[in-house]
Amino acid sequence: MRVVESSVITNTVKELCITSNYCLNEDILKALQEGLKKEESETGKIVLENIIENAKIAKEEEMAMCQDTGMAVFFVEVGQDVHITGGSLTEAINEGVRIGYKEGYLRKSVVRDPIERVNTGDNTPAVIHYDIVEGDKIKIIIAPKGFGSENMSGLKMLKPSDGLEGVKKFVIETVDKAGPNPCPPIVVGVGIGGTMEKAAILAKKALLRPVNVRSEIEYVRKLELELLEAINKLGIGPAGLGGTVTALGVNVEVFPTHIAGLPVAVNISCHATRHAEAII
Amino acid sequence: MINIRYVINTPLEKDIICQLKAGDEVSINGIIYTARDAAHKRMIALINEGKDLPFDIKGQIIYYVGPCPAKPGKVIGSAGPTTSGRMDAYAPVLIEMGLAGMIGKGQRNKDVIDAIVKYKSIYFGAIGGAAALIANKIISEEIVAFPDLGTEAIRKLEVKDFPATVIIDSYGNNLYDIGREKFRKI
Repeated sequence: MRVVESSVITNTVKELCITSNYCLNEDILKALQEGLKKEESETGKIVLENIIENAKIAKEEEMAMCQDTGMAVFFVEVGQDVHITGGSLTEAINEGVRIGYKEGYLRKSVVRDPIERVNTGDNTPAVIHYDIVEGDKIKIIIAPKGFGSENMSGLKMLKPSDGLEGVKKFVIETVDKAGPNPCPPIVVGVGIGGTMEKAAILAKKALLRPVNVRSEIEYVRKLELELLEAINKLGIGPAGLGGTVTALGVNVEVFPTHIAGLPVAVNISCHATRHAEAII
Repeated sequence: MINIRYVINTPLEKDIICQLKAGDEVSINGIIYTARDAAHKRMIALINEGKDLPFDIKGQIIYYVGPCPAKPGKVIGSAGPTTSGRMDAYAPVLIEMGLAGMIGKGQRNKDVIDAIVKYKSIYFGAIGGAAALIANKIISEEIVAFPDLGTEAIRKLEVKDFPATVIIDSYGNNLYDIGREKFRKI
């Protein structure tokens, strides 16, 4: 049994909020730089140059890459041998968000109720997905999600007979319909299988994988590459102004599902696709 | 490649609007006003009640943005565009009242495009996500209405060399459609 103080969790979360919003991840930066070489549109090239320059400015001047610093989404893996003291784990995480979004000069973008819509003023509550795992560590992954991209995401309950082609069709349609809105070049997270909500979580988890790392399952790896190629033929391009770099990558996660079902979720992410992690 | 960038000063005159075409790159100087969902809802309510808007809209440009808080010593925090489509329900009324231009990102619906053509307005795109870069083009900031809305308050911004692209011109040409068609292979 290992004891972890909730204040350590709060502090860790605070740092993650700030780092994830200020610093672009290496895999995305590399993908943008490669995209710049491949992009066929002159306007597209200028957009990519500006995005790369923006990341540099944000890191150097210690400010958010994007003003939509997102809803704070967490994946937390709690080792079953950990004992947390000093208060509730959920409250410790929310306090970390509260402090991080204040000290990091990040935007407060959460409303208490989806219909009444009064801003909570501190970007809480966070959306937290917990997993209990073996061991005595706590792994905290933050993936702040802006809603320009989130709003373009979608989910469909396909029939098993729709098959792989049905899945491809839905993913490509979803990206095509989104067009310029999610701030291309995008990263596409796809979840196939499970139940309605499991597919959605798979799609979001898929966005945590670096864009240059392919699935270990052969047919899924092939699917990821085919989807990326097809999406980049849509012509949407950087900022949707027309071009050949519409997506930086497609990550697909799969899970067992019901004999009567084929749920597919598409979580679209922007050219920041922010995430950071820490292990306590 | 020669990249011509037209310098635009606000307030925006109709004859300038009519010279601009979808795809033109511009540098905007002068005063622009910020507003997004909540502020637009309130502005339409004011109009419906026969009251004045918080600022004279004729010839002005509205920038769809909810900025981050400013760090000490800075004018404003990161301030890139939000998705314009959410303001489509409100834009035609404002355009009819004289709103000269809008800056945002993402598609507009048919009602907005029709209003842009009918009343000679224009829609500019700023690069979504280039929020730190854009913040450096904002040289002053002042809340002029709805401070209780925090990031969604109406702000009066003075901008210098604010980079934008004409997405929908006053003739209804739409760069999102033109660009996609040019590079579509599927």
